[in-house]
Amino acid sequence: MTAISNTTTTHLMTINMGPQHPSTHGVLRLLLELDGEMIVKAEPHIGFLHRGVEKLAEYKTYHQCIPLTDRLDYVAPFSNNLAYALTVEKLLGIEIPERAQHIRVILCELTRISSHLLWLATHALDLGAMTVFFYCFRERETIYDIFEMVSGARMNLSYIRVGGVSRDLPGGFLEKTRKFVAEFPSRLNEYETLLTNNIIWKKRTVGVGVISAEDAIDYGLSGPSLRGSGVNWDIRKAEPYSSYDKYHFAVPLGKNGDVYDRYYVRIEEMRQSNSIVHQALNVLPKGDFIARIPNITLPPKEDVETKMESLIHHFKLITDGIQPPKGEVYSSIEAPKGELGFYIVSDGSSHPYRLKIRPPSFVNLEALPKMVEGRLLPDVVAVIGSLDIVLGEIDR
Amino acid sequence: MDNEAIATLIKTNFPDAIIGSGVFRNELTIIIKKEFITDIAKFLKEHQELDFNFLSDLCGVDRVEMDGVFEVVYHLYSIYKNHRLRLKVPIPSNEPHISTVTGVWKTANWHEREAYDMFGIKFNNHPDLRKILMPDDFEGHPLRKSYPIDGRQPVTLRGIYRKDVDEA
Repeated sequence: MTAISNTTTTHLMTINMGPQHPSTHGVLRLLLELDGEMIVKAEPHIGFLHRGVEKLAEYKTYHQCIPLTDRLDYVAPFSNNLAYALTVEKLLGIEIPERAQHIRVILCELTRISSHLLWLATHALDLGAMTVFFYCFRERETIYDIFEMVSGARMNLSYIRVGGVSRDLPGGFLEKTRKFVAEFPSRLNEYETLLTNNIIWKKRTVGVGVISAEDAIDYGLSGPSLRGSGVNWDIRKAEPYSSYDKYHFAVPLGKNGDVYDRYYVRIEEMRQSNSIVHQALNVLPKGDFIARIPNITLPPKEDVETKMESLIHHFKLITDGIQPPKGEVYSSIEAPKGELGFYIVSDGSSHPYRLKIRPPSFVNLEALPKMVEGRLLPDVVAVIGSLDIVLGEIDR
Repeated sequence: MDNEAIATLIKTNFPDAIIGSGVFRNELTIIIKKEFITDIAKFLKEHQELDFNFLSDLCGVDRVEMDGVFEVVYHLYSIYKNHRLRLKVPIPSNEPHISTVTGVWKTANWHEREAYDMFGIKFNNHPDLRKILMPDDFEGHPLRKSYPIDGRQPVTLRGIYRKDVDEA
């Protein structure tokens, strides 16, 4: 839809969109100032889901913080776990067994697919395409079944531990994942037949919510929202972690920085993620799934029952927690929504002195007014969808 | 550029501003005086070799118990040069204010609002310094160490919304 430049109305109207509104993807409240149907000013109000995660973390041991991270971006819990675990591992200066690294990659890329599927489903539904929603949730269900197999839970997984993962992959995992990976590209084509060249979809998305590369960087956009504007920055490539440098994948880029480009980047990312999972399943090495370091990771259960030292380590670790050296580290990963960073200040005790989360959605949402001001009200729905925000990590 | 080169470049250009610097886990940290923040921010962004065009994160840290200061921590990144820098600025806890960097990186706007909300750090010349996560009538700054984890507010939501019901 194109913007109307000269309207006849003289009165500006202020309306509330949200916090209870299906198209705001959570408890986001937008205060919109309208001239007719044109947005004069948009002002996001956030904080409705604030639970004080950063404060709580200061009173928990490093292991106890992991469940808190699940509840940030709750549609991509593995990524949150990983970002946190990597930061603590960096603080401790420890190496992770290769098998654990590859398991992490498999699960994080599946998470990216599942997060993007949820985004595609709801984004398309917001703009009136209902079939896509059902298709996407079908595949997402399979991924959630895989997650349940691995961790025993469907949403708040807490599977990744400092030093590796909590247990080895269960039997049947490889077969089930292989089957999914083999089928998924054809499913992706199915979604594309519904949207990519659909004239209605294009009219709602092409040229809407444009942000230039320069502005996108200035506003701190990251992830697909930044790459939609053509900026080639993917942390998996720029600062490879968890052995991402061993995989071949492309970084899809947009050109115009509009809603359509951001849509297309995410679609392509799912294809790339699928290929990464495929590669990882083939090279998955044998070995430990967690580093065996007595004062950092829990000893195997059978050792605790038979060996005195293991019992002592287990007891010490549960009661005292990890005590990393004094210092501070920042580490970030390419989460489905962008740069997810953790900044930990350690005073040498078993609790983080300060834990700061850099949530991609929080920063991406900041650019919303820039994208919608001067455009029509229905475009707001399209732009919010294209930013792929989750209020859990915005409000923390 | 590697950490050493970045540190040297900043030190030669702002010899009076640097309080300290260090590398931990291959991360460069530079601590500067708060009067210089705007100049250094501009320099870091505009210098061709440094090119810190991306403000990853900005946050406060409460070090009042240890050193009597709040710290404002800037995590900078250069998308085109692929290097990072942590800039730290201690500000006295009795007068916690510092110049804004919203003029340099637009993204600083919400980060600074959050630091204001959570720590009560005031950012001078900020275009729109309001609370961002906490309700408007929230008293205190929850991430300060002096705010207890089970802190209670004088006015609860129940007190606001169910006043008539409770009194009846």
